[in-house]
Amino acid sequence: MTQERRTLIELDRVTCAYGRRPVLSNATLAVRVGDFSGIVGPSGSGKTTLLRALLGSVQPIAGSVRRERGVTLGYVPQVETVNWDFPVTVSEVVIMARTRGRILPWASRNERDDVEEVLDRLGIAGLGRRHIRELSGGQQQRVFIARALLAKPDLLLLDEPTSGVDVRTRHEVLHLLGDLNAEGLAIVLTTHDLNGIASHLPHLVCLNTEIIAEGEPRRVLTSDVLERTYGEPMDVLEHGGMQIIIDRYEHNVIPIRRSAS
Amino acid sequence: MTVSRLLEPYKFEFFFHGVIVATLAGGLCGLIGVYVVLRGMSYIGHGLSHAIFGGAAASAVLGLNFYVGAGIWGFASALMIGRVTRRRLIGSDAAIGVITTASFALGLALIGLFGSASKSIDATLFGSILGISTTEVWVVVGVTAGAGLVVFFRYRSLLFTTFDAEVAEVSGVNTARVDALLMLVLAGSILATMQVLGVILIAATLVIPAVIARMFTNSFSRMLWLSTIIGTACGFVGMNLSYQLDISSGATIVLVGAALFLVVFLITGPAGLRRLAATDAHAPS
Repeated sequence: MTQERRTLIELDRVTCAYGRRPVLSNATLAVRVGDFSGIVGPSGSGKTTLLRALLGSVQPIAGSVRRERGVTLGYVPQVETVNWDFPVTVSEVVIMARTRGRILPWASRNERDDVEEVLDRLGIAGLGRRHIRELSGGQQQRVFIARALLAKPDLLLLDEPTSGVDVRTRHEVLHLLGDLNAEGLAIVLTTHDLNGIASHLPHLVCLNTEIIAEGEPRRVLTSDVLERTYGEPMDVLEHGGMQIIIDRYEHNVIPIRRSAS
Repeated sequence: MTVSRLLEPYKFEFFFHGVIVATLAGGLCGLIGVYVVLRGMSYIGHGLSHAIFGGAAASAVLGLNFYVGAGIWGFASALMIGRVTRRRLIGSDAAIGVITTASFALGLALIGLFGSASKSIDATLFGSILGISTTEVWVVVGVTAGAGLVVFFRYRSLLFTTFDAEVAEVSGVNTARVDALLMLVLAGSILATMQVLGVILIAATLVIPAVIARMFTNSFSRMLWLSTIIGTACGFVGMNLSYQLDISSGATIVLVGAALFLVVFLITGPAGLRRLAATDAHAPS
């Protein structure tokens, strides 16, 4: 008999809008202890808004968000939104997680130890004094994961954690997140990368303003669901027990070439 | 130039007051300027000083105390800019442009309609050390101490909000309150230092020390200290030169800062230039 896992956050028919235009419609979703979910969908499908609804940083115009009492969240923003030229060292970024309720500007010995511990855990020990721009892509992503982890969250939310990074960094980040999830941390991330990230995750949410499907990749990564999610025909192949998604690029591009000529 | 010549102006009480105010004003603007520059709001010092000029004119016409009238006007303008920028109705530079120039124009119109304000307009525009009263010295001391305490006790939330407002907000930091607090401190700093630095030149004292400090360091805490020290030094040296060269205090303080910028720019070279890129980025989005 499997025990029902504790629900951390539950969205019940949530609709969010910027102005009058709904960007997320009637979304019902539960995030439970130990979950490792990916939210996929085309640009403008409401992925980041769904993440923000889970965070509580956008207020729904309909529906409700219920967060279990005492649940703490960690948030890792898109690296593209970070000002890499800001004069701030790795330690200064990580200690930002200890802002609320702290009076003194300098870090206490305990706080410094905690920062060292989390940097060590993420394999970036000894980089505390370095400026954030002086790090590799994978190290930069780890700094922001470290900041989120310092708050000891029950749920880690990441917005496009592998966008704009090379294959090696993508593998590093995915392995790191897998390890954290194995240690018991619930994780929800958004991604554009169907083959590199989404198909490796245990649970997916396909979104196009409303939730089209959710479940294991094997169940949701089908041509029908992907076409309804992306509005484009896609083929799903199986290779080595994994799904590989191929969009029918040629079918779409040939008429454009012809019309352009 | 002999030591006695350098010490000569200290015989006069007005100069002693002026040195205290200019030194504190330089340090104060250097401190607050770090946040202004890193938020990509360098134009705000220029704009707010103009807005406060409008308030100063209105308070003179209405017979109100300068600090009360100009202070309320400045705080209201600063909060309005913060609110408009936060709601992303228009960009921060446009918000500053619209709100503060309208306020400045209103001040000019009031002076045109009801005669000149009781305070010298020249002194307000370009800065003057003449006629700084003991009360005004204490106002600058009080505002400097207040700003220092705000930065000390709100260091972490100010840094987090300046670097990454969205994550700060979801991490439980009341970013709206932090932004409002910074705007109030900024308006207070401009109000208190306007007499010595002048409306036209005050923006430079906010920007130059922070930019010089940025060229030296990649650490926020060090940038804060360095900018404060550089601002203090520029205020002190500039005020003394102002007397010796018989040039207005605001202009001399800014020129000392600009000369220092040039020297540091030549010393730090490409590394300094790269670091300066941050001061061009509109950090919080």
